Amino acid sequence: MEVGQMQRSLVDYTKSLFLEGVLDGQFLQLQQLQDDTNPDFVAEVVSLFFEDSQRLLNDLTRTLDQPNVDFKIVDAHVHQLKGSSSSIGAQRVKNSCIAFRNFCEAQNIEGCMRCLQQVKQEYLLVKNKLETLFRLKQQIVAAGGSIPVMELSF
Amino acid sequence: MSTASSSVVSDQFPAGLRVLVVDDDPTCLKILEKMLRTCLYEVTKSNRAELALDMLRDKRNIFDIVISDVHMPDMDGFKLLEQVGLEMDLPVIMMSADDSKHVVMKGVTHGACDYLIKPVRIEALKNIWQHVVRKRKNGWKEIEQSGSVDEGDRQQKPSEDVDYSSSANEGNWRSSKRRKDEEDEADDRDDSSTLKKPRVVWSVELHQQFVAAVNQLGIDKAVPKKILELMNVPGLTRENVASHLQKYRLYLRRLSGVSQHSCNSFISPQDASYGPLSPLNGLDLQTFAATGHIPAQSLATLQAAGLSRSTAKSGMPMPLVEQRNLFSFDNAKLRFGDGQPQHMNSGKQMNLLHGIPTNMEPKQLVNLHHSAQSLGGMNMQVSPHGGHNGQSSSILMQMSQPQARGQILNETTGGQVARLPTSTGQPILSNGIAGGVLARNGIVENGRAGYNQVPQTSSMLNFPLNHAPELPGNSFPLGSSPGISAITSKGGFHEDANSDIKGSAGFIQSYDIFNDLQQHKPNGWELQNVGVGVGLTFDASQHSNSLRSNIDVAPSVLINQSYSSSQRNGQNSNATVTGKAIFSVGEGIEHRNNGQNVGQHMNNLLGDNSMRIKTERVPDTIFQPALFPQHFGQEDLMSALLKQQQDGIGPAENEFDFDGYPLDNIPV
Repeated sequence: MEVGQMQRSLVDYTKSLFLEGVLDGQFLQLQQLQDDTNPDFVAEVVSLFFEDSQRLLNDLTRTLDQPNVDFKIVDAHVHQLKGSSSSIGAQRVKNSCIAFRNFCEAQNIEGCMRCLQQVKQEYLLVKNKLETLFRLKQQIVAAGGSIPVMELSF
Repeated sequence: MSTASSSVVSDQFPAGLRVLVVDDDPTCLKILEKMLRTCLYEVTKSNRAELALDMLRDKRNIFDIVISDVHMPDMDGFKLLEQVGLEMDLPVIMMSADDSKHVVMKGVTHGACDYLIKPVRIEALKNIWQHVVRKRKNGWKEIEQSGSVDEGDRQQKPSEDVDYSSSANEGNWRSSKRRKDEEDEADDRDDSSTLKKPRVVWSVELHQQFVAAVNQLGIDKAVPKKILELMNVPGLTRENVASHLQKYRLYLRRLSGVSQHSCNSFISPQDASYGPLSPLNGLDLQTFAATGHIPAQSLATLQAAGLSRSTAKSGMPMPLVEQRNLFSFDNAKLRFGDGQPQHMNSGKQMNLLHGIPTNMEPKQLVNLHHSAQSLGGMNMQVSPHGGHNGQSSSILMQMSQPQARGQILNETTGGQVARLPTSTGQPILSNGIAGGVLARNGIVENGRAGYNQVPQTSSMLNFPLNHAPELPGNSFPLGSSPGISAITSKGGFHEDANSDIKGSAGFIQSYDIFNDLQQHKPNGWELQNVGVGVGLTFDASQHSNSLRSNIDVAPSVLINQSYSSSQRNGQNSNATVTGKAIFSVGEGIEHRNNGQNVGQHMNNLLGDNSMRIKTERVPDTIFQPALFPQHFGQEDLMSALLKQQQDGIGPAENEFDFDGYPLDNIPV
């Protein structure tokens, strides 16, 4: 594929993520923070997010598996996940965390389990999408092209 | 920070500001660091609070400002905040993904100079330097000053300033409270912007000496001069001690929850009596506390909140103005109920106060209290300070019957579902009037119920507002505890929870909140009231009517105009506020709309179980903006409400029977 085409794909792909609500304005903020002094900033932050979230999701799974679920702990984890997902702009993950917290407050185990599934799904989705996005960028750069600046207004 | 500030206060300022950021979330930490660097600040990050404290203690004056997350595994963010405040006197900004009112409130009471909601945007960070400047200028002012300080203008003694500052100072800032001591001023006034005096660092040893001196003198007698003498530390000035004392007092207050009014200046006279409307509602709290209903803590909290308000004390409940917060506390209830308090966890009532965001609250609360008092038991409707009604509240109160109060009180406290038991749909005159919710039946909380605290400063109110104006039905604690006003229950503010307050179930919970502001169960009350004309649907569970009251968080607790909480911005469901305006019951919680309906305060008269805010389930449409017009003619509201009442607001089980409380009584 030639560079121009790749660039267009990238733009379209990125737009779609925003339109679908997978990412929100906060992600744009991150992109704006990236500059020459720190050209991989977004990628680094996103990796951190993946690591951290994976850990949190594992903890959550474990906690909910206990015979006596400690909702405070569950809530704390979800709260953290909510914070980090909102910081990078993973909107759907954040929203599902919000719903999750409500069930925590209500101490509803089943609801929590369902929410956990939901959060995991959303997380995997955003992970997938972002990985694709970065790959596209890499391909463009490898082909000698430059990353187009996208004008997205939110 | 001390004079090192001179480096800070340079031409490049705020570039080079030395920031310490603490957050256990690595993603956020990294992002923040980058953002701060982009703002040209010097950033140090730490993911452990203990480490951060060590860094701060280790080398003094290497940071200008601290930003910390609230929820951290190794140490609570608030604890860190306190430590830093006490030991280093640095401005601390809290941040969290949690935006619920009570947490933000906690930040305020613990002395944070700002609270940021995650995700943090870079724009929010660009201005943090103002806190550094302000702190220097004001020293330890509890109150934030909005004065802008120009570097050139800062001549005042930057170091911790005593609370009294003389106006002699250049006066750029508006520290109204401060009076500078002559001696200090002369010395400090250097020119411009740099801090003159090196900031005194209160090391652990020094602090211990200080505490020993204070204990020796007795906390009541501990005046800076004597403390200074006892400590006998060379180089320490009276001002240093004074400001440290102020902080220390605040700290103690926070710990004990009461006893001192946060505003030293303010509170001094605690008039147990009726409500010193004075600045803090807390004052009222005192009264309540006196009555035994209000738990000391609540008072303390209130006080803190109230501090800012130094409104006039005195019986004028209404004077509180503007404050959005109108929590209609049931203070009145407390009063009335004497005896009643039973349900009310005094805490509950207090909670209301708690909820009351400092800003307004004090007034509001005060009003409540006062009103309550004045009314003789009428729910204190927190007079809508917001300028709305001041009048109304009182009116409502009158309506409230002492009995009702008792009920209300009971109601509110009770876990009872907020449903205000009383079937009566007592019209909730929200307008200014405490949510017309007549406590009668199930207290109507003016939307407040859920609102706890919401009333607090408008900011608080905003929360709920954003969310669907519906008040989570449950939050209407109205029914239960007396605190109708208390209803400010937190629940209301959950932004996320926009639930309509349908389930009255929420109510009871809301009261819990009151008790402990902490709890805010979103249920119910998302107080939509808050300024936004929250459409509270109070669902006094019992009646399927859901009160949709846009609870305007009007300070006036009394629901004047039967605006029952429905007042929502633009939506007023007057009618919805059925249930008699139980104003009598604990003053309705006034929710003040953020500026919206001034008149519409939903006074939640929660107080009795009977009070119920019966709001018809009106679809949002019901609350037409028309209602907003601030004060609806009472007649209109009343009629609307009364109509609603027909449904069944029968004599509520509660003692009061407000049936058909004619709103006329309520002078709007």
